[in-house]
Amino acid sequence: MDDLLAARLQMAVSLGFHIVFACIGMTMPILMAFSEWKWLRTHKQEYLDLAKAWSKGVAIFFAVGAVSGTVLSFELGLLFPGFMQHAGPIIGMPFSWEGTAFFVEAIALGVFLYGWNRLNKWVHYASGIVVGISGVLSGIFVVSANAWMNSPAGFNYQNGSFTNIDPVAAMFNDAWFSQALHMTLAAFVATSFAVAGVHAFLLIKNRNNAFHRTAVKIALSFGAISALLQPLSGDLSAKDIAKRQPAKLAAAEALYKTSQPADLVIGGIPNDKEERVQYAIHIPRFLSFLAHGDFNATVTGLDQFPKEERPPVLITHIAFQVMVGLGMLMALAGLLFLLFSARWKKLLLKKWWLTFIALLTPAGFIAVEAGWTVTEVGRQPWIIYGFMKTSDAVSPMPGLQFSFYIISAVYILLTLILIWLMRRQIATVTNYYPSARTD
Amino acid sequence: MLLSIIIILAIAFILYALLGGADYGAGIVEIFAGKKGEHTISKAIAPVWEANHVWLILAIVILFTGFPQVFSTISTVLHIPLMIVLLGIVLRGSSFTFRHYDVGQDDSRKYYTLFFRISSFITPVFLGITLGAMILGEIDLSTSGTFYEQYVRPWLNVFCFTMGLFCAALFAYIAAVFMIGEVPSVGERKRYIQLARLFLFTTTILGILVFVAAELHGHALFREFFASPFSVIALGMVLLLIPVLLRLFQQPNILYLRTVAGLQVLLILLGWYAIQFPILVYEKRGNHLTFYNTQAPAATQYQMLIALFVGLLLVVPAFYYLFKVFKGARQEQ
Repeated sequence: MDDLLAARLQMAVSLGFHIVFACIGMTMPILMAFSEWKWLRTHKQEYLDLAKAWSKGVAIFFAVGAVSGTVLSFELGLLFPGFMQHAGPIIGMPFSWEGTAFFVEAIALGVFLYGWNRLNKWVHYASGIVVGISGVLSGIFVVSANAWMNSPAGFNYQNGSFTNIDPVAAMFNDAWFSQALHMTLAAFVATSFAVAGVHAFLLIKNRNNAFHRTAVKIALSFGAISALLQPLSGDLSAKDIAKRQPAKLAAAEALYKTSQPADLVIGGIPNDKEERVQYAIHIPRFLSFLAHGDFNATVTGLDQFPKEERPPVLITHIAFQVMVGLGMLMALAGLLFLLFSARWKKLLLKKWWLTFIALLTPAGFIAVEAGWTVTEVGRQPWIIYGFMKTSDAVSPMPGLQFSFYIISAVYILLTLILIWLMRRQIATVTNYYPSARTD
Repeated sequence: MLLSIIIILAIAFILYALLGGADYGAGIVEIFAGKKGEHTISKAIAPVWEANHVWLILAIVILFTGFPQVFSTISTVLHIPLMIVLLGIVLRGSSFTFRHYDVGQDDSRKYYTLFFRISSFITPVFLGITLGAMILGEIDLSTSGTFYEQYVRPWLNVFCFTMGLFCAALFAYIAAVFMIGEVPSVGERKRYIQLARLFLFTTTILGILVFVAAELHGHALFREFFASPFSVIALGMVLLLIPVLLRLFQQPNILYLRTVAGLQVLLILLGWYAIQFPILVYEKRGNHLTFYNTQAPAATQYQMLIALFVGLLLVVPAFYYLFKVFKGARQEQ
């Protein structure tokens, strides 16, 4: 394995691992605080039980998220020192703010997790809100740094050096808003559907259980709203990418030839040699509309870019299809949930519905991973789009594949342990929480 | 402006050594503290350990934003020890949390504990090795050289390993002192006093060995230390505080003891800063990386300072509150 590939894979594994915990860290505090708030208002036992049960899971996930995040901040330098040497001063600002937000989050979480019996109830609730807000903010700051890699701003580039640095312009680059919005919603969709799925699965066996019923209701309410907003945010991102990174959009849509109008290609297998997509469904003119809001618009294809500046089409296209497909499925589930809640409440406890929700447990996280694959692979061969190639940023140290093997092994091990731990945690939930015992 | 950033970096580093250090040290102390110690130590560090480690992230962010070349250089040349530090951080944090929250009561606890203790020792050792390599000056920034010369020799040597062990012993010492105030029973308290004495002794011996190892490498650390009046005074005070400490061990008031031990750590670091400043990385051929020759542009420094300032305004009171809620309550009991 060559060093560049090893470094990219290690980054992918580390980011792909961390992002799951980051999403949970952004969403769960809000869900917990919401449940606690309901308890403070209604004094129904199940709300308090849920907030407490969730907080145990969150403590575990948050710890793994914190340490894997520390790994990432070092890995930026360990794997791509050439990038950090130039990018550090430009995008350090969002990282400084992220550090602050994360710091506040870690402290507030300590107060929240261990303060159940020590604090005034409302102070405790407020600490949960602080965790949620600072979690979302730290996510937004990190994404803003990534957005800069897609949409570099805030510097002049002359003879290989970055001068006239403006960190504020770099942070508020053209991509930051659409990316931060898309990621924040994605975190809520993924986490909410995962939580709803697990509780729905347990509810199938025991349909009257107040604990699981309430959990599904809270999680799906958050999941439904964010899943329905997500396509709008996706549309914003697509139009943005069409303007700024046409190569990424072309790879995601497997559009080899610049077309006017351009068809939307759904599914299929891109064939780089023949420069066409096999076995795909074509919707005429629809890509023109999605990219530019006009059914007759020209959409830039990969033929506008020299071969060495094209991102890998197969991976980007498939990842994009997976993300959009699962996103649409969850939006549909969200729509049905809102509809059933308003008109046909009985359907919410039907076995087929609960099975459907249970099957969607991993859907959001798969979509998140796929989405990051589109963002990162779709930017290749650039690490700073248009300015620095990934191959010029990679560490000169030979043998990077060994770092990759070790990190991958550790993360696979941790993933297995976490799944096992969560199963154990769930199996004992009836021992600790009265409302989980109701039949 | 540059000076303010340097001061904040120095403070972050001191706080990491004290708070993160106590946390690593707790894992080392646990090895010697018996079955009961496992429970006491878990309980003492659980609410605060994550927040304690954010000081490291803060220091890293300051380094890569404010002094980018230093960050890219050490992460290239010291890739191997830093990677081990990271693995240690991941395994330590995970195994601690798993142990603390796992509801099962079976053999898995034994493995969590094993990983927690090993990584609590390995991580500070390799942090110390990394620091040692930045001081020693075996780092060679000319591009020619074998893999061994470029990526291994700068840190795989007696001096760096002595530094690593010194770090681990110092952290264990801080943790033992911290734990004295965390246990209610007289018997347990005695145990931690013994351990604090043991690690104070170990730290002192290793501290002397650091100077000896430096001499063996032909590094004039000893002379540099004694050429700087500030460092001499700092070191002198550290030594003078030892008898004070030994007396304080017997006193019931834990606050004085913690303050004096903390002061020792502070003085050690200040003494080291005094001879190190303004150099961050010593280079073999004299092309040292300093705060001055690696500093980021003024616009970056200005924005970072705003973020750090606002950050500290939020974080310091929050930290105080966290400790007050969890540490204050225990003393009242």
